[in-house]
Amino acid sequence: MPLANHATSVPVTVDAAKCIADKGCRVCVDVCPLDVLAIDEAKGVAYMQYDECWYCLPCEADCPTDAVHVAIPYLLR
Amino acid sequence: MTIQQTDCDILVIGGGTGGPMAAIKAKEANMGLRVTLLEKANVKRSGAVSMGMDGLNNAVVPGYATPEQYVKEITVANDGIVHQPAVMAYAQNSFSMIRYLDGLGIKFEKDGSGEYNMRKVHHLGTYVLPMPEGHNVKKILYRQLRRLQVNVVNRYIATRLLTGPDGRIAGAISVNTRTSEIMVIRAKSVVLAAGAAGRLGLPASGYLFGTYENPANCGDGYAMAYHAGAELANLECYQINPLIKDYNGPACAYVTGPLGGYTANNRGERFIECDYWSGQMMLEFWRELQGGNGPVFLKMDHLAEETISQIETILHSNERPSRGRFHDGRGTNYRHRMVEMHISEIGFCSGHSASGVWVDEHARTTVPGLHAAGDMASVPHNYMLGAFVNGGIAGQSAAAWCAANDLAPVDMDAVMAEQERILAPTRREDGFTPNEMEFKTRRLVNDYLTPPKVTAKMRIGQQRLAEVRDDLRHLVARDPHELLRALELQSILDCADMAAAASMYRTESRWGLYHLYNDHPETNNDDWFCHTMLYRDQNGRMAHRKREIAPYIVPVDETEMNSYHSLRTQPQTIAAE
Repeated sequence: MPLANHATSVPVTVDAAKCIADKGCRVCVDVCPLDVLAIDEAKGVAYMQYDECWYCLPCEADCPTDAVHVAIPYLLR
Repeated sequence: MTIQQTDCDILVIGGGTGGPMAAIKAKEANMGLRVTLLEKANVKRSGAVSMGMDGLNNAVVPGYATPEQYVKEITVANDGIVHQPAVMAYAQNSFSMIRYLDGLGIKFEKDGSGEYNMRKVHHLGTYVLPMPEGHNVKKILYRQLRRLQVNVVNRYIATRLLTGPDGRIAGAISVNTRTSEIMVIRAKSVVLAAGAAGRLGLPASGYLFGTYENPANCGDGYAMAYHAGAELANLECYQINPLIKDYNGPACAYVTGPLGGYTANNRGERFIECDYWSGQMMLEFWRELQGGNGPVFLKMDHLAEETISQIETILHSNERPSRGRFHDGRGTNYRHRMVEMHISEIGFCSGHSASGVWVDEHARTTVPGLHAAGDMASVPHNYMLGAFVNGGIAGQSAAAWCAANDLAPVDMDAVMAEQERILAPTRREDGFTPNEMEFKTRRLVNDYLTPPKVTAKMRIGQQRLAEVRDDLRHLVARDPHELLRALELQSILDCADMAAAASMYRTESRWGLYHLYNDHPETNNDDWFCHTMLYRDQNGRMAHRKREIAPYIVPVDETEMNSYHSLRTQPQTIAAE
């Protein structure tokens, strides 16, 4: 069957002004147990690529610049 | 695609709690051993204790409990179906493991004189040791892994175990979750510590990853053990937990209970005497919901301000720290409003119940050289400390195995066949996505396999799951991440099949809600006072057999055995409050 791309909100927000992915930081991407974060190479900023979050917080807690915020996924709120 | 190959002495699969301790204890037994720790996420933050833990739920501390008392309590809590030698091995090593973890820098609550500050939550004995500063468990474990030169390999998911021609373990096949490169790891001994099957039922929220367990723990270990021919024990003894509604994390009665919080019905009244998680407790919880007295709540609004502040500090900084922002979002303040709870979806997890790969008191499975520990091994109610203790036992047993055994030869035909299975979803342009196939599988688990169990429903469930299995030929993965989910989906489907088959084999009811079987509502000790073993037979079919309960080393008399069957508060108890 053909595939569709449908939009969904994601609970992880990254503050582009604080994120230092452009300097090579990969901490949030490394620590995510579900591997849902990635780096937007063009912008040099981390972002949530897959809506598969356990709202567990290592990405937020381990971020060296406090750039990451995890909200509770909308379906659970 | 070329297949990488590497050798080691001991391969540990799963870098959460039990896995790291298996690796640590294997190295401490013999620093010369080459120990590889394979993790599909990153050992720094993987597994059930990713963000730490707020307490030990089963600490056997001298002065508060003896190993014999603990073995008796767990035997009773699990309706007698336990392998007591394995529970005893845990109990006897519990305190030395606490001291070991303490020595590494993991913090436990102590009183003014430096003694462990034990609390009572269980029905009979005192086994809970709070860890208000337990948030850096993983960092401390990681430091020890580095110190002992364990070879940590992150972002590889093991997909199948390899066995030699004589049936003993030979290693495992794994895939890089970011590149889809395949790696064969040969090993003399393997320790499986891949966690619970926590992505089996679908949460009521409908959010696939809104599970109680870390969703990375999706039953890979159960599936791998099954395909390798290992026996799995008492899978029908599901894990079902009383949780914060929608958030699906612990509320948490183990922390709040000793401080005065309790589970209450919609009138704010206590209806169970003991908040320790057992099948019987869950049955009373379910009855309260079904009987019109729900919702059920965790009640703390009667507690003093300083107590509530203390509870908030513990619950909002450990284990599941996002609890606080969930409550904020709904305006739930412990001071004024009770926390709405519900019953979780089903899973397999010996950490809280008993469903697991069969292991003996040395953490040995029925496959020679293969060990298992933690939430996926059959030692009941073993929680985090059980994962540490049994992981350590597995590591030591694996080290001993290596002294007498060489690498088993690897069957390259099996490797090539597994490569084909792994990569098949990447060879398709369109079809069904891993997420939608997972959603459907887990929705079917909810519809047909969730207690109360009914034969006619479970048969339909099996039929529908077989249709999903047939659809695997349309499973499509467009990138390595989707391939990871595609592989996990196949483990989930295997676990769903095992849940149905195991439930229909044990034709009685036992363990309260965990195996409440409408067609066979009574407990039948004449025919079913035994372990049920599920395994893959020589024709590749799912088969079952009974295993006798090993003679008890701690006797339990009849009246004691029933103590977990009277958890509902009696009328005079309510009047007395």
